[in-house]
Amino acid sequence: MKAQIIVPAFNESQIIFKVLTSLPKKLKGISVIETILVNDGSQDDTLKQAKKANVQTVSHAINRGLGAAIKTGLELAKKKSADIAITFDGDGQHDPADIAKIVEPIIKKKADLVIGSRFKKLQNVPIDRLILNWFANLATLMMFGVISTDSQSGLRAFSKKALNLIDFKGERMDFSSEILLEAKKHNLIIAEVPIKAIYTPYSRTKGQKNLNSLAVFGRFLVKVFR
Amino acid sequence: MLTTIQIVLLIFIIFAISRVYLRAKEKVFSTKTAIFWYFVWLAGLIGVLLPKTTTKLAGFFGVGRGVDVIVYVALALLFYLVFRVYVMIEDIRHEITYLIRDIALKNSSKAKQRPKKSK
Repeated sequence: MKAQIIVPAFNESQIIFKVLTSLPKKLKGISVIETILVNDGSQDDTLKQAKKANVQTVSHAINRGLGAAIKTGLELAKKKSADIAITFDGDGQHDPADIAKIVEPIIKKKADLVIGSRFKKLQNVPIDRLILNWFANLATLMMFGVISTDSQSGLRAFSKKALNLIDFKGERMDFSSEILLEAKKHNLIIAEVPIKAIYTPYSRTKGQKNLNSLAVFGRFLVKVFR
Repeated sequence: MLTTIQIVLLIFIIFAISRVYLRAKEKVFSTKTAIFWYFVWLAGLIGVLLPKTTTKLAGFFGVGRGVDVIVYVALALLFYLVFRVYVMIEDIRHEITYLIRDIALKNSSKAKQRPKKSK
């Protein structure tokens, strides 16, 4: 099986080399692992650091948003005939050891889409993140009828089937829930596995701003009601 | 005898109709859109030249004054138009992203192959 790890990054020069070099080179059940850095219009040395880490890079000329970057990465994974595509945040929020956990259900053909959930197991998560994610999960349930403990998680694994069927349009943070809707629309099996949540002062400055949530929700409503 | 406000609004509406005509001639927007705007400005023209029609309209809708019904209708129309413009902007964003992605995928760089160890 061939796996592509997609790492979207926007101005992550401080940490991206560390993130990229920490990714696993071997995984049980996977014969080939490749990493793709999607440089989303970074204005710093993110691309230079990625090349230093010797990974494939694809660059947006201007910043288009996390959803757009993930979609570019998934398109490239499709082109490269990946059997599994994994999305992994470039800001150091995820533990590389969790990649093995999220691909396992796909290798065992028990799921088409696996979401790494920060909230399945009790751990130290900032209260504002807990509240925002609770609302996001509620909105995902009410609008799409999809139950998720972490609808906004950045650590996901897609089977080949999911990769070919899921087509989301959201370009900023609103795409996360859309992925779940697409999975439901195509009757894909969704699984969630508990993952470690890493919150550092650096990652907090890079993550979604609390006030942005209203704009994300607004864009979401426009998409649904247009 | 027209009042000052009627004259000012009349001049503005004639100017607006002329813009619609010129843009429609340049095919900046479709005939359907042009007809919509002609209709809007014509309604405005009638309201300005025959203010009693707005009073009758207000009576029909159970609203107190003619100007109130104009404000309510105008607000509703404005909100709808803002929504349509927002949707249009989102569509343009998507098109830009599609282009950016296409260019990015065509120019993606591969990781350097590790040199094979000689036997």
